[in-house]
Amino acid sequence: MEKVAAAGGMPDTRAVAVRRRFVKDFLTNKYLYIMMIPVIAYYAVFHYAPMYGAIIAFKDYTPIKGVLDSKWVGLEHFSSFFGSYYFWRILKNTLIISLYSLLFEFPAPIILAIIINEVRNKVFKKTVQLITYMPYFISMIVIAGMIKDFTKSDGIITMLLTYFGGENTAMLQHPQLFRPIYIVSEIWQKIGWESIIYLAALMGIDQEQYEAARMDGAGRFKQIWYVTLPGILPTITILFILRMGNMLNVGFEKIILLYNPMIYETADVISSFVYRKGLLEFGWSYSAAVGLFNSVVNLMLLIAANWISRRVNSHSLW
Amino acid sequence: MSKSLSETWFDGAIYIVLTLLMVVTLYPLLHVAFASVSNANELIAHRGVMWKPLGLSFEAYKTVFANGEMLRGYRNTLFIVVVGVSLNLAVTALGAYVLSRKNVMWNKAFLAVIVFTMFFGGGLIPLYLVVKGVGLYNSLWSTIIPFVVNTFNLIVMRTAFQSVPDSLEESAKIDGANHFVILFRIIIPLSLPVMAVMGMFYAVEKWNGWFYASIFLQDRDLYPLQIMLREILILNSTDFITSSAAVGEQVQIGETVKYATIMVATLPILAVYPFVQKYFVKGVMIGALKG
Repeated sequence: MEKVAAAGGMPDTRAVAVRRRFVKDFLTNKYLYIMMIPVIAYYAVFHYAPMYGAIIAFKDYTPIKGVLDSKWVGLEHFSSFFGSYYFWRILKNTLIISLYSLLFEFPAPIILAIIINEVRNKVFKKTVQLITYMPYFISMIVIAGMIKDFTKSDGIITMLLTYFGGENTAMLQHPQLFRPIYIVSEIWQKIGWESIIYLAALMGIDQEQYEAARMDGAGRFKQIWYVTLPGILPTITILFILRMGNMLNVGFEKIILLYNPMIYETADVISSFVYRKGLLEFGWSYSAAVGLFNSVVNLMLLIAANWISRRVNSHSLW
Repeated sequence: MSKSLSETWFDGAIYIVLTLLMVVTLYPLLHVAFASVSNANELIAHRGVMWKPLGLSFEAYKTVFANGEMLRGYRNTLFIVVVGVSLNLAVTALGAYVLSRKNVMWNKAFLAVIVFTMFFGGGLIPLYLVVKGVGLYNSLWSTIIPFVVNTFNLIVMRTAFQSVPDSLEESAKIDGANHFVILFRIIIPLSLPVMAVMGMFYAVEKWNGWFYASIFLQDRDLYPLQIMLREILILNSTDFITSSAAVGEQVQIGETVKYATIMVATLPILAVYPFVQKYFVKGVMIGALKG
């Protein structure tokens, strides 16, 4: 009906039709829109207002003047950040930790899921899952506390490594040891939990495919290679893209709990730098500029990863 | 058909790898558990792996539970979890319900605006200024209101709500039910597994959350458990908790107290997740991907 009216030719009838559609939608759905108010208010205040607030990156923000009245300084904070000694250090540290995670931490749950999928004994399978999920529920404070305790000079991990010829020393005071500690503890905490999503994807694989592969004489490794892996490839791709969009967001909660000035050289990353400069040293605008740089680069990486993936294997977020 | 030799090897290797993984996962937790009930002096003298508690002493737990600040931390955390998770679930369910309705003109726009926040944000400092600006600073609400909806959870819940058959609502509508009745009497009861998992996610986030508490809360009275834990584990200060002990014993007790507080702060959440575990795989994660 409305279509006919819109096609009627006269421009104002078209406008009337559009308006009528808005009014009709509002009348039928008004209670739904009322229900939506808290949600929209939440996103407006705690997501979009901070996006607007990020303009302090281009100003000299002082709490007394507020966001609006602080003086504009253009790209000053950005250029002082890009020109500083810290820029290369924290960018390098962030990228290296991210790449290591991608290389070691990202595949770990995939491998675990595939292995769990091969277990025939139901009780054993359930037990493995129950136990490997556990570390995910432990707070970061406790994890960091355990890492500190286990890696001090008489800690259990240090002792074990000494046994295999390592140096008996407080491990968290050596810059070259920070990344391995970070990555290994990351795998320890997340391997089980992150395998869930792949296990879910594995349940969707048609069992007949395995039958067919067996008929063709494929052993267990070949079945994994030709049936299991292709079956979870879409899931892997999607998670990979999402991961790319978070390249610069390394787990900074763990970092700020574990690092100390002695190992800033390898441990300080963009987000820990933002935290330290902004909230501990009150460099609001400078820190906001660094944070904004971080967000923008993340978004670009996400878009790029999605674009590449769509071209390469036709799985993508959008 | 009997298993071939290579199949047997394959299965054997799998069991060995997984058993090793379980040992590596469990040992640190057992170490903490053993240390927490050990005799303080023996613990300090001990080096290396612990296969059982060294002696048996519950002094550390007594010290923790006798400490007013720890108990207050517990109370603050309970408030944040109970009030926070209730609000989380209520507001997320409202949003998920509206977004799961068909023929709502603005839903596409709402969804776009919401999903965009998963990929871009203003950053830490602007959020801090907003929380200060709306007057939540130094209030327990600052750990609740600014995080009332988790976008990922919202999308998952919406997907779950979409899968409830239309016919059920249609008949309810004919009986004159409004949206609130449909949501609370039909949709939520039919989506209980998802609600349980979402509740679990939010509860873990709240129970374990410390970062925003550490930047938004100033008064010691408001500190949740995790912030007390940070003082003990990260900043290495057990003074406030052992001050009642005799001077010479403070150091020793401090060592076991460290482990006892970990147990006290971790066991409650570990006791809950196995009950929700069976729902983890089914539905939730798949729903997330489809969304």
